[in-house]
Amino acid sequence: MKAWHFSETAYPYLPPESDYESIRVSLPNRNYDPKKGAALYDRFIEEWQVAEAEGVNIMLNEHHQTATCVDPAAPLLLAALARVTKTARLLILGNPIANRRQPVRVAEEMAFVDVLSHGRIEAGFVRGVPYEISAGNSNPVRTNERFAEALDLIIKAWTSHDGPFSHEGRFFHHRQVNIWPRPYQSPHPPVWISTTTPSGAMRVGAQGFVQATFLTGYDGTRKVYDSYRRGWREAGRGQDVPIDRLAYAALVYVGESEAEARAGAEKIMWYIRANKVPQHFSFPPGYAPPQAFARILRGDVGDQHANFSAKATVDAVINAGLMMAGTPDQVYAQIRKLYNHVGGFGHLLIMGQAGFLEHDETVRSIRNFARHVFPRLKAEMPDNAISGFSVAPEKAAV
Amino acid sequence: MAYPAAMKREMIALAGIEIELFEGGDGSPLLFLHGAQGFMPKQSYVGQLAQRRRLIAPSHPGFGASGLPLWLDSIDDIAHLYLELMDRKRLDRVDIVGCSLGGWLAAEIATKSPERIGKLALVGPVGVKIGPPDKLDIPDIFAMSQDKVARLIFHDPEKSRLDFADMSDEELTTIARNRETTALLTWEPWMHNPKLRRRLHRITAPTLFIRGASDGLVSQSYVDGYAKLIPNAKVTTIAAAGHAPQLEQPEEFTRVLFAFLEA
Repeated sequence: MKAWHFSETAYPYLPPESDYESIRVSLPNRNYDPKKGAALYDRFIEEWQVAEAEGVNIMLNEHHQTATCVDPAAPLLLAALARVTKTARLLILGNPIANRRQPVRVAEEMAFVDVLSHGRIEAGFVRGVPYEISAGNSNPVRTNERFAEALDLIIKAWTSHDGPFSHEGRFFHHRQVNIWPRPYQSPHPPVWISTTTPSGAMRVGAQGFVQATFLTGYDGTRKVYDSYRRGWREAGRGQDVPIDRLAYAALVYVGESEAEARAGAEKIMWYIRANKVPQHFSFPPGYAPPQAFARILRGDVGDQHANFSAKATVDAVINAGLMMAGTPDQVYAQIRKLYNHVGGFGHLLIMGQAGFLEHDETVRSIRNFARHVFPRLKAEMPDNAISGFSVAPEKAAV
Repeated sequence: MAYPAAMKREMIALAGIEIELFEGGDGSPLLFLHGAQGFMPKQSYVGQLAQRRRLIAPSHPGFGASGLPLWLDSIDDIAHLYLELMDRKRLDRVDIVGCSLGGWLAAEIATKSPERIGKLALVGPVGVKIGPPDKLDIPDIFAMSQDKVARLIFHDPEKSRLDFADMSDEELTTIARNRETTALLTWEPWMHNPKLRRRLHRITAPTLFIRGASDGLVSQSYVDGYAKLIPNAKVTTIAAAGHAPQLEQPEEFTRVLFAFLEA
């Protein structure tokens, strides 16, 4: 098992939720104080350095026009981390390439940071969540098609070393592709892709890239991983799917006592609760299939944020498999239970900071995890395991 | 779905795309180009038009039951497709009515083959950029609630809005797909083709702009500026109607339209 400390570098100092329509896209940036923001970046980077010192890898991501993740150019933060860390793997998950106009530029950025970090980059790619559409002025229709063409072009740019090649595709055109530098790692940095749907996971499995899924819980994750494994096998990659191809992202807080853990867990719930977004930003036309949009028109979906926030308690999200929180023993048991249920995964992506969780609280949880949970995970969930096993229910319920 | 007795539905292949085509009525041909909502043959203005003309109304690619190939992504693409439709239907010369993005489409067609257009009626059309760069000519309907969109589109939203609760899954899926295709075609540049305003001077057909007085999407100044770009264009307004006067005031709409077409 590998573990990754993930922070969205959120800006939590916001007016009451009732005072704004949306935390994403349209919240005026007069609500952002750059001096407070600068202090936040200082401490978030320090938290990543603590993670590295504890043997935990580093993960960051990118969103636009939102207080929930003030990292609109993740490759820049990745470059900063490349210089203040020495050993940790650096996962960017990911580059929103359905919304980036120049895939070759993305290939250059990733190759550059790979060299700058002496080969520590794990290059993730995402289609981008629906709220990115307006912020990027990106056509919401055919994002999957743009994503696929961009990814192929990026990998070709990374792996072509004999002078320029040309690309005249459906969405992207480039006559002289010949990136400098080329990636440090050969043939290229490991590729990660996040999807939360079975159909997306089938494609990722067929390609053999690392599949990350976020907050999909017990049964949702099982479905995603089963689809990945099916895609892997049907593409002729062999019967055995290595466990290091699968990653799961959850909220995590490890306390020395139950009371301490509960307090941290309550604070980290901000990540789930602070997501007030109106339907027109959550469901842009074309992002989801028309059949899904039809259900929204009928009113079957309702206000997801209000519905979810009302029900989202620490216990509920732990029971759903979205959060691991408690003492080291409890957190170990929660991870083990999910691991068994979904057929195993090789990477735990730890959403370890959110909202008003203070620096010292964040650091305590990173250390409690690294010192009292992680050693057991590494011992009992080896990186060379094969995924997709089944565990009898009585044994699974630790 | 039941159609007015006069309207027949067929599927025809144009440039390899299966296009849903409604046709009915007698008289000289009238090509009707629908807006973002798609073509709904049950609506009362359709029967009124077909009483006096041979009405030809395609569902644009990606609307209704028409196909949408991956290569197609612009109003300009559809304009070329409908020149082919006119060839297929042997329409040497035809009057065109276009509503909203169908008005944009009609204007594109008329710039490409001006000699084949008899008269041109543009109903709340989009398609050009009139105002300054720092102000949207057409409000961003994809960045506001459906309620607000309905208030901009209709003079009387309570009376005119579609009742989704009463619709079948199939109808709702068609509406959702129409909306998706609208986004595909209009997203960037928003609701216009920057080249079109440099081509509108080629239009020779007498042109009538019809605007609902309460239209919250297409303003009076937009329509006036649009009309100035076409040599022989007039503007008229229909009271107590919004972006779709053919729906909110069908009698007045057909009266104004026929007065223009038959003058």
